[in-house]
Amino acid sequence: MVNKATRPTDNLLGQDLWNIQLDENGQLKHFLTIEGLGSNILTQILDTAESFAGVNESIKKVPLLRGKTIVNLFFEASTRTRTTFELAAKRLSADVLNMNISVSATSKGETLLDTLRNLEAMQADMFVVRHADSGTAHFIANHVAPHVRVLNAGDGRHAHPTQAMLDMFTIRRNKGADFGKLRVAIVGDILHSRVARSQIHALNTLNTGEVRVVGPKTLIPKDIEAMGVNVFHNMQDGIKDADVVIMLRLQKERMQGALLPSEQEYFELYGLTEQRLKAAKPGAIVMHPGPINRGVEIESSVADGPQSVILDQVTYGIAVRMAVMSMTLGGNRAKSNQEEAS
Amino acid sequence: MKNILIKNARVIDPKNNRDEVTNVYINKQRIAAIGTAPEEFNADNTIDAQGLWLIPGLVDMSARLREPGLEQKANIETEARAAASAGITTLCTPPDTDPVIDEPAVVELIHHKAKQAKQSHVVALGALTAGLKGEHLSEMATLKDAGCVGVSNCKNAINNTLVLRRAFEYASTHNITVFIEAHEPDLSANGCAHEGPIASRLGLTPIPYAAETAPIAQILELIRDTDIRVHFGRLSCARSIELIKEAKDNGLKVTADVAAHQLHLTEMDISSFNSQCHVLPPLRTQRDMEALRLGLEHGVINSICSDHQPHELDAKQAPFPATEAGISGVETLLPLTLKLVENKQLSMNKAIASITCNPASILGLDIGHLSEGAPANICLIDPDKEWTFSTDEMLSHGKNTPFSGWNFKGKVVTTLLQGKVIFNE
Repeated sequence: MVNKATRPTDNLLGQDLWNIQLDENGQLKHFLTIEGLGSNILTQILDTAESFAGVNESIKKVPLLRGKTIVNLFFEASTRTRTTFELAAKRLSADVLNMNISVSATSKGETLLDTLRNLEAMQADMFVVRHADSGTAHFIANHVAPHVRVLNAGDGRHAHPTQAMLDMFTIRRNKGADFGKLRVAIVGDILHSRVARSQIHALNTLNTGEVRVVGPKTLIPKDIEAMGVNVFHNMQDGIKDADVVIMLRLQKERMQGALLPSEQEYFELYGLTEQRLKAAKPGAIVMHPGPINRGVEIESSVADGPQSVILDQVTYGIAVRMAVMSMTLGGNRAKSNQEEAS
Repeated sequence: MKNILIKNARVIDPKNNRDEVTNVYINKQRIAAIGTAPEEFNADNTIDAQGLWLIPGLVDMSARLREPGLEQKANIETEARAAASAGITTLCTPPDTDPVIDEPAVVELIHHKAKQAKQSHVVALGALTAGLKGEHLSEMATLKDAGCVGVSNCKNAINNTLVLRRAFEYASTHNITVFIEAHEPDLSANGCAHEGPIASRLGLTPIPYAAETAPIAQILELIRDTDIRVHFGRLSCARSIELIKEAKDNGLKVTADVAAHQLHLTEMDISSFNSQCHVLPPLRTQRDMEALRLGLEHGVINSICSDHQPHELDAKQAPFPATEAGISGVETLLPLTLKLVENKQLSMNKAIASITCNPASILGLDIGHLSEGAPANICLIDPDKEWTFSTDEMLSHGKNTPFSGWNFKGKVVTTLLQGKVIFNE
């Protein structure tokens, strides 16, 4: 083990994963991963999101982040996710700059750090980052100026914490705040899924009764049990008596890597059909981070059926992202306002 | 300086089973005598080594010096100077330079640059296959004539097993040792972390044990019933040690080494995405680390090397998977080895042997010991000196190390190469 006490003193290297997200008062500073955040922070995010959910329906805009500049820094194309972050920022009255940077451009000489320095010079207050490499959000958080906040919008296979929190929001709205009595099954390509990893951390932090992952051995990462899940390779057993069934998207390229033989066989074994859903508890909800591959991981009649909350997830995504943005970026200002008042 | 007398040092020479306080007499670049002065010996220079340890100059089995081809990372002069300051008098550089060491001109260039640098000696491994491409045999006999001390394909795959078998047979014909860095690229699949709970949690592409053990098992089967010498370098798995032990028990001429960092770090050390701990093979479990230490104590692993891989700053300033693997290691080889002795995890004799006479013998070099007539390659150590390793004071061009800030006991005071002082604190 590298001894903490003898780590390099410059903050370029070796910062701890857990602490970097919180400021000296234990408040959320960056939002990089669910791991290391307590249930108090997660509940605060959900409660704040609840207060913004009303804003979305009626008022549309609040002035919390007026004058702040938020940069959407997307190294991986994703119109959907970027749009929800953009909308969340605009509803908080922030200025938004969208940067779509193809990886090929950065490989042509300009390093990630060069890109960051350039954007910092434009007075950015927050980076919303998506990148194909695990650990990118941490790397950026370790290198930005002290006042800049970083929000992870997905890094490699590592984490996608806002997605996980909007999923928790969806579960709480549908199943109530007591996660202890819930059984949640996450089905599909766990190996490549940053969503699944963040969901597992969030569910366990919120004290969920049982978290299961379901899939063939080729799509379940080694020693995943250490994250606090039970592993099932049989779909029927895996979703039996579940309160929540979360289906993951299956990327087409998984056939090339010899991870699966065909989409047909995958659907046969792990696809969520009406028939199969009967194994779950009556009233179980079906979730999916999108976009859906109909007929590959989920049957259309289930995706559009009465137990599906997939469209709710999309709606709640904006409120949850508003919550995280206001907590990380508006927190200090709100606090200093309070101090002035008192 | 013709005659040098080093007085009252604790002379530790595992090859000659010597560990005593005595005098060392050097004449014309060689060790003239130990203990009693040779006849008519008049010292031109006397070094009082009271309280110091005197060991053979270190031999580093694997140090990438980045020249030719990757001079933005380091060059022979800077790295040989760094090595000298760390008590290393002989460095062995693998053939994956640019151009590859697969023709005599490249070997000559490296020898020439090393000679100009007037620091530690540099020897080279030649390529096992032309261009390290795994398709055609290199001109091994010619490379041997040019001075290569062995051949290797580094981490490059030889996909055709028949080519691999013939490469072994041909090397054996010319009595050349083959150096293997067991690494199956298809299995490691551009991964960057040990396949286990940490990689799964961090979402890093995993490298399974089999990426190392499968090629070792395959090679050991290919070389059964031959008298070829094969050296397995940079082991990381407990299972690899079992395989090597079984082969040794069966009389195969196999040897093995481990990188110094593998004896002190585990997969836990990457859990904050610390790119300084991004190495290949990856840091594995505590159990593997203990097995590697035991492998050394039991003689299954013969040598500890630095696995020196200096990088420019940018190579490590990126998200973990996008960083380049490797540690700038020559300056921590001796400190990390002595730390094992200090922690009573390795006996003094085994520790010193693993960085002197054992690697020398694997490389076929008559150095790494203090016999009369041997080249006077010597490292003097102040064993009580407590110090903190720091990137600020590193001489290597590469400052990439996870050990900055580590406290060590025992520091190199003077390094002699063939009786000439190449480092003096």
